[in-house]
Amino acid sequence: MADNMEEIKKATTSAQGIQARFQLGFGQSAKTHFELDVEIAIPGQGITAIFGESGSGKTSLLRCIAGLEKNACGCLHVNGELWQDAAVFVPTHKRSLGYVFQEASLFEYLTAMGNLRYAIKRNNQTTNPELLEQVIGVMGIAGILSQLPEALSGGERQRVAIARALLSQPKLLLMDEPLASLDTARKLEILPYLERLRNSFNIPILYVSHAVDEIVRLADHAVIMAQGKVIAQGGITQLFSRADLSLGVSNEVGAILECKVMERDKQWHLMRVAFNGGELWLPNVENKQNTTQRIRVLASDVSLTLTPHTDSSILNVLSGEIQEIINDQDPAMSLVRLKVGESYLLARLTQKSLQKLALTLGKSVWIQIKSAAIVR
Amino acid sequence: MSLTDGDMATIWLTLRLATTVTILLLIFATPVAWWLATTKSWFKGPMSAIVALPLVLPPTVLGFYLLLAMGPNGAIGQFTQALGLGTLPFTFWGLVVASMVYSLPFVVQPIQNSIEAIGNRPLEAAATLGAGPIDRFFTVVLPLAKPGFMTATILGFAHTVGEFGIVLMIGGSIPGETRVVSVQIYDHVEALEYAQAHALSGVMIVFSFVVLLMLYTFQRKRKAVGMTYGR
Amino acid sequence: MKFKKWLGLIVLFLFTLCAESKSVHVAVAANFSNTMKSLVKEFEKTSDYQIALSFGSSGKFYAQIKQGAPYELFFSADQAKPDALEKDGLVIANSRFTYAIGRLALWSARPDFVNKIETKLKQGAFNKLALANPKLAPYGAAALEVLTSLALIDTTQSNWVMGENIAQTYQFVSSGNADLGFIALSQLLGKNTLQQGSYWLVPNIMHHPIKQDVVLLRSAKKNQGAKAFLDFMQTNRAQHIIAEYGYLASNSLNVEHEL
Repeated sequence: MADNMEEIKKATTSAQGIQARFQLGFGQSAKTHFELDVEIAIPGQGITAIFGESGSGKTSLLRCIAGLEKNACGCLHVNGELWQDAAVFVPTHKRSLGYVFQEASLFEYLTAMGNLRYAIKRNNQTTNPELLEQVIGVMGIAGILSQLPEALSGGERQRVAIARALLSQPKLLLMDEPLASLDTARKLEILPYLERLRNSFNIPILYVSHAVDEIVRLADHAVIMAQGKVIAQGGITQLFSRADLSLGVSNEVGAILECKVMERDKQWHLMRVAFNGGELWLPNVENKQNTTQRIRVLASDVSLTLTPHTDSSILNVLSGEIQEIINDQDPAMSLVRLKVGESYLLARLTQKSLQKLALTLGKSVWIQIKSAAIVR
Repeated sequence: MSLTDGDMATIWLTLRLATTVTILLLIFATPVAWWLATTKSWFKGPMSAIVALPLVLPPTVLGFYLLLAMGPNGAIGQFTQALGLGTLPFTFWGLVVASMVYSLPFVVQPIQNSIEAIGNRPLEAAATLGAGPIDRFFTVVLPLAKPGFMTATILGFAHTVGEFGIVLMIGGSIPGETRVVSVQIYDHVEALEYAQAHALSGVMIVFSFVVLLMLYTFQRKRKAVGMTYGR
Repeated sequence: MKFKKWLGLIVLFLFTLCAESKSVHVAVAANFSNTMKSLVKEFEKTSDYQIALSFGSSGKFYAQIKQGAPYELFFSADQAKPDALEKDGLVIANSRFTYAIGRLALWSARPDFVNKIETKLKQGAFNKLALANPKLAPYGAAALEVLTSLALIDTTQSNWVMGENIAQTYQFVSSGNADLGFIALSQLLGKNTLQQGSYWLVPNIMHHPIKQDVVLLRSAKKNQGAKAFLDFMQTNRAQHIIAEYGYLASNSLNVEHEL
């Protein structure tokens, strides 16, 4: 945990970003006892994911930051403002934050617009009509404002809840698995709104999730938690290229690359993207105008050879060096971390292949990538 | 079978008493209910038991002790005398105080239950939106606990109207001051004035039926609307 | 044949219930309860009959008897209810007689009222005057007569508090809420010693005698126990006990009885 701490602290000056340290114990008996003991530093912009299995303390951490856990001791600075330390406890309603709960938690007796007004009335700032319009537009809720929450679908309710949180004009937005209570279709409905949220409002967001796909699509930073402790934190590409963190189930393990679109090949419907260490050919995605793309390469889609094969169907071949070899949970498999230029990739290989190719640390290899998914 | 002026006077007195008691109880019981619904103190158990006592104690027991306590030698009596108010038995306000004690659980418990049913989540959501504790009470607790307050109002009012034992003990049957409908019916029966007893009892039966009908209609409606907050 | 067995048991049980016709059910006005307990104790010394006592207000008993309550004897607190029952045809003819005559006392629990009770009443020097509801209780009606004869109705009326019965009137005074109260002498003498304060025994001539009548109810036609108990009531032994408890016994109606 300490490895990235200094680095992040430097990146987040005291006037910007969130520094938090919390200790909190639950449960009297040894059986039910759970202890949260965390120290995190989070940049003052973009989405930071708090990732971990259920019961790892993600939600507790979020509640501590919101001031909803009165018994938590620790300290908390948000953009240079002191919210909590040994002597100070700013109550929740005086913390400039927005909180999106797992269930929308709208006020059932108010219309969607009534819920938004509830936030506007209490935000201690003047809310200009453009902001209201912008929020309503970004969240796509213009058509349902006069409805009572009971008449809305799960996805609509959650969008209203996010809009409500935004309209309290927070310095920090906390989102506690906002998609967890929704089915896949509703999730896919909301994800684009969350992306627009990230791109349209300059508010740091703490996003609790245990779903890798949400995180790789939305987050720039991540805090990885297990059993009430932070086991890693840092940039998302860095964290996902680490072989020692089993982020997600083993066949979902994969590295993330930030790429730039270099060229689009109309004839073959391909595009060429460059990352810090090489180039890849990918199926062209025309509708994405972004020049930067986030790409995820699953470890199971990567294979290694000792010589470059030219007779293979595989389009993308890179050269790299073996950095780390780790045993997978599956005794037949190993996870290999590869350095490609300044970037990292993960490969999932059988133990048998490792032995056959005599792959050891520091060995140069050719990396074949069967496919890569554009996640952003 | 018609109501005499004396009967009408007892009806008006009873309504005045029930209204006064209900209003005062709503003001007094709400903080108690709130505290009971939210506290984690060890005193919650004893306090709940004290509030519920009037449910199990015979009204005559309550009335007897109130008579002693509010009398010139009782603790309450000494206090009211020190304030220059005299003693409470045989006065309208004495009945008000006694009825408040008697009807307390009928007002506290529905409010407490509905506050408990709200749970923490709506209050937490309001807090994250910048609503302070008092703001939360008026904008979250009150609207969500409305059914509980309605039930409390109806039960408190009806229970006060139907009260007999305590009034008998501390009222003194003074016309226009402490002679309420239930006592008047008792008097009619004791005096073998059965026709008048029937007339007044008829009024009580119709009243009670209408009140209970209101209560159950209201509760059914509330179920249909439903509480969609989860934890 | 389990059913037959059970049926046999039930029949046996009912039979024992019927066999218990030795007991007499007696309804007694509340003011006479202590006296009656002593009377029953005395009666059962020499009799096999069991007396089952129920205490309550006479008005309630009247209503219950009219609706067929299983009492054999009814000791009322007045004459009006036995009278009404007679008219309703629920009473065995010629069984009614006056078993006791109540004595009215003006009582105060205040120590500083000792020996001054009559004066305090006449001066109006008290906070509240408790009396039983004259409409319901014979003692209340008697109290009203006393106040009339003393010409104190108008001056004291605003200070009256009314109990539904004399037991309640007693409570109003004993709890200190009323300085003065018209109650039954039997209430003060029931425990043999006066608990607090003092009383003024209202002279008999100031009100109509508070006659309390008993009737043998129609259901007691074949009940020898009920008749035996009624006979006992007229013995000297019984009359002596009644007098001890602060009543005038019916045979001493015209004799001034000093207590």
